[in-house]
Amino acid sequence: MEETTLNNDIHTKLTEKFGEKVTAVSEPYGLLTFVTYKDVIVNVLSHLKDELKFNFLTDITAVHYPGQDHGIAVVYHLNNMVERVRIRIKVFISEQNPTIPTATTVWKGANWMERETYDLFGVKFEGHPDLRRILNMDDLGVHPMLKQYPLEDPNRVDKKDEFFGR
Amino acid sequence: MNHNHPVYTDNDPQSELVTLNLGPTHPATHGVFQNVLQLDGERIVSGVSTIGYIHRAFEKIAEHRPFYQITPLTDRLNYCSSPINNMGWHMTVEKLLNIQMPKRVDYLRVIIMELSRIADHIICNTIIGQDTGATTTFLYLFQFREHIYEIFEEVCGARLTTNIGRIGGFERDFNDIAFAKINKFLKEFPVALKEFENLLTRNRIFIDRTAGVAEVTKEAALEYSWTGPLLRAAGVDYDVRVADPYSSYQDFDFEIPVGTSGDIYDRYLVRDEEMWQSLRIIEQALLKLKTEEKGVFHADVPDFYLPPKQEVYNNMEALIYHFKIVMGEIDAPKAEVYHAVEGGNGELGFYLINDGGRTPYRLHFRRPSFINYQMFAPMSEGMLLSDAIINMSSMNIIAGELDA
Repeated sequence: MEETTLNNDIHTKLTEKFGEKVTAVSEPYGLLTFVTYKDVIVNVLSHLKDELKFNFLTDITAVHYPGQDHGIAVVYHLNNMVERVRIRIKVFISEQNPTIPTATTVWKGANWMERETYDLFGVKFEGHPDLRRILNMDDLGVHPMLKQYPLEDPNRVDKKDEFFGR
Repeated sequence: MNHNHPVYTDNDPQSELVTLNLGPTHPATHGVFQNVLQLDGERIVSGVSTIGYIHRAFEKIAEHRPFYQITPLTDRLNYCSSPINNMGWHMTVEKLLNIQMPKRVDYLRVIIMELSRIADHIICNTIIGQDTGATTTFLYLFQFREHIYEIFEEVCGARLTTNIGRIGGFERDFNDIAFAKINKFLKEFPVALKEFENLLTRNRIFIDRTAGVAEVTKEAALEYSWTGPLLRAAGVDYDVRVADPYSSYQDFDFEIPVGTSGDIYDRYLVRDEEMWQSLRIIEQALLKLKTEEKGVFHADVPDFYLPPKQEVYNNMEALIYHFKIVMGEIDAPKAEVYHAVEGGNGELGFYLINDGGRTPYRLHFRRPSFINYQMFAPMSEGMLLSDAIINMSSMNIIAGELDA
């Protein structure tokens, strides 16, 4: 699909600055999406904030793709409020060593977003001032949104799943 | 035992700081969230927020539910304005499926969303009043939330957690009683809102308690990813309805009130003016409905919109669609989509990743209350306790949206 001109400009500027560190560029539903790597992510985010005017961090979250080589994707959504453009950045990290530098040096608002991602997926943000669980209890022990954990307690004997169409 | 606890107190018996647990159950916090504050007399020295008391694992549940079964989950996010959450979710799925809505459906959705925005702002403004001591305004204006509930009940059958609308439109057309109730609301509410303003807006005591308190600069608000009335009170004119119009908002003529200093008085005024603008939008929508073809209340989406019952009993094709939809056997395309709507508290975003199955692969809610609330603890350092309480009420933190 042809990129829109604005997205094309942004794509060009990013590849000028970061070269092959910006890959897998696509534009699902008009939203420019690309993949980058954890060693440059903070530079990419600061470049987008300072030079390309993406001054607003909309959200940080993660997605778990079990079985894939780098199975956890940390997803950043940014917003350029002046020119009304959004952008999505993905960084794939491995499940065995899920670390990534923190974005709190770029935006303070990343603080709780990263804590939520840590709590639910186990992604450790290096350099985060206060990385601890936020939604679940401190001694939960697992990171529940990972796909290997079932939704409901499998040891429950009083509820038969086949009657519920699941 | 996890030793990663924050330090709540300095455990020094000679310390002059008092540790106050503004605990999860407290009459002044509107929802279940906790703040452990260290006080020096009346002044807050530091605070630690704890949330997650109402975390209900919506994102995990959504991975196991077909699309129409996720709507009741979205109800329970910002439960004070649940139609906005429902409409936002439906629009996300419609964006995924590339469905165009008829204009009449868009206008009906706008009416419902603006009514729920008014309901949400009624809560916030009256609660700011109540927390400063003015209980009368709360009682007078809450009557109109009842009227809004009755309108929702007429359309979808439920008052608070509405599950209103379907992927593709509405489940039934608005009947004459619903329009009569909307028109009655449009006549009576402005009178009551004017009365409410007369009691609070120029009230010496209210201004003393709220003006100049908890000021926030534009840069700080953008740093902390604030959206909604809080950001607009700080001076940034960002509203998703104007920046990324959805549901035909571009056809409407309305203004976005923007404040200057971001203090609590500005937030109150921004929400108050937004209620007037919402009334204006509803009036325009009712006029526009007159020019649209009557009786159109849904788009043609046979794969996701239940066919009418008469057809199901008589027509084989409708029977098959009904069966497939209810048993959740219909697959949606493999894609990822992010859609945002302007909720009562700010930009409510839905990040949906679908892998071609009947349930989402990943659904993430970008919740404005959660993101707005992280600034509360840093902001309250140095504030008086009573100011911090009103600051919390003016941020309109709804616990359901905070924790999801």
